[in-house]
Amino acid sequence: MYIYLPIAEVSVNAFVLLGLGGLVGILSGMFGVGGGFLMTPLLFFIGIPPAVAVATEANQIVASSFSGVLAHVKRKTVDFKMGGVLLIGGLIGAALGVVVFNYLKSLGQVDLLVKLCYVLFLGVVGSLMFAESLRALRKSKQVAVAKPRKKRGLVHVLPFKMRFRVSGLYISIIPPIVVGVAVGVLAAIMGVGGGFVMVPAMIYLLGMPTKVVVGTSLFQIIFVTAFTTMLHATTNYTVDMVLAVLLLIGGVIGAQFGTMIGAKLKAEQLRILLALMVLLVCAKLAMDLIVEPAELFSLGVAGGH
Amino acid sequence: MQGLYARVLIALLAFTAPVSAQDIVLGMSKDEIGITAFFNGSEILIFGALKHETATSSAGDLDVVVTIASPRTPVTVRRKDKRLGIWVNVEAFDVDLAPSFYAVATTGPFDRVVSEASDLWHQISVRQLIRAVAVPPTTLNKDQFTEALVRVREEQGLYQLLPGSVQLQEQTLFSTSVSLPANLVEGPYSARIFVLRDGEVVSQYQTAIDVHKVGIERWLYNLAHERPVVYGLLSLAIAIFSGWAAAAAFRLLRG
Repeated sequence: MYIYLPIAEVSVNAFVLLGLGGLVGILSGMFGVGGGFLMTPLLFFIGIPPAVAVATEANQIVASSFSGVLAHVKRKTVDFKMGGVLLIGGLIGAALGVVVFNYLKSLGQVDLLVKLCYVLFLGVVGSLMFAESLRALRKSKQVAVAKPRKKRGLVHVLPFKMRFRVSGLYISIIPPIVVGVAVGVLAAIMGVGGGFVMVPAMIYLLGMPTKVVVGTSLFQIIFVTAFTTMLHATTNYTVDMVLAVLLLIGGVIGAQFGTMIGAKLKAEQLRILLALMVLLVCAKLAMDLIVEPAELFSLGVAGGH
Repeated sequence: MQGLYARVLIALLAFTAPVSAQDIVLGMSKDEIGITAFFNGSEILIFGALKHETATSSAGDLDVVVTIASPRTPVTVRRKDKRLGIWVNVEAFDVDLAPSFYAVATTGPFDRVVSEASDLWHQISVRQLIRAVAVPPTTLNKDQFTEALVRVREEQGLYQLLPGSVQLQEQTLFSTSVSLPANLVEGPYSARIFVLRDGEVVSQYQTAIDVHKVGIERWLYNLAHERPVVYGLLSLAIAIFSGWAAAAAFRLLRG
């Protein structure tokens, strides 16, 4: 069944969009990532103009994150306090990111920068997570109960300490804000929610328990992507509501299934799967840069170099 | 270039003398296309008759060419090259105005039906059409870029050459059909009909096909552009509601 998208001005198969939405929704519920880093390239591939894909994707992530967060709230695995602190950083970062993005756009080559950003961050984050969770998995097999990591790091010695009950942490609020800002900047430049950077940062830098990380990340992503959606809708008019609805019908249902699957898996298994997925996307993007493209020429909207 | 055009103009003025002798009566299956939510392309049937005021037996056979063009929009063509081991965009070229859809239907092989001079003057082939507008004299290799634009859009089925798809009966009645793709842009499309003899245009006719969104497509498009804040908030409201509805539904399912 074909549907004409009023803003994208293309006609697409509705079932393909429902399927894509469902797939990304499952990942979103399982790992607490928005799935934008996966969905945006897929939308390009089926012929949605990039500007519309990026803006509409933000809108769709709001829906799947909200659906996922409700499931996590029910299980009491959302640290609202930590989410709030991260969000403050995130919004500052997003605003900064937009400034940086526009500056780079004026220099040209912003496309390349976005792609290199993807390859670099996905590669680093993916390999670190993969190595760590593999170690953890081996350890949990040898010893029945994995020893909780109680290192005293930077997060414990900095001032402005705050108690985060749900995460079981008593740490300075400076690291979460810095993490929020950094992820916000990246999110604005790369046009995604930033979950795939946020989740590892929460686990490894802040020392939050994996089960809490997913819900808290989703909670934070809702606000960042809602902010992005409004920004795109009012400045570029590129949010396609029909496309968003098709994606999010699949997305919200997928997110519920994803949360159910996530609850059944062990934390180490969850992390190893996310790591593999991140590495896969990274490899695909790296290939695109290294292998000679079949068509050296590409068409774009005039003006946006 | 100017000099060449002037010479062609003079040449063509000489040829255009008999034009008044031939008139075109045109019919179309539709002169407007409404883009609805389930729009999946459209086929236009174009037919008509050539009115002869002089006997045609003495002259050569007639050919008919029908072109359909979408409104023209600016396009940037970028070229990739290998730099430091990766493929990056190294050069960009702006084509001021190019149609996003262009179809040429003819009664025979294009090169036989339309002479180079006629093509140059009337911009019948898509290459001529684009070359005519895309000539910033400073850019080197501009042909490479316009050629790439045509190639990419031909592969996407947006630029079509349909030789032999126009039927001409008794040198009088002609008909053809052109399939418009699903991803049409809005605006006035132009349909041109050329009557040619020995490669030279002896008569032409132009008409418009209005393509526009209707119903909910129209409403959403207008809302997005005229009340962007309302549109953005509505999008978010739908997103939040769907997220909640799915969570609630699954809660019910699991008891």
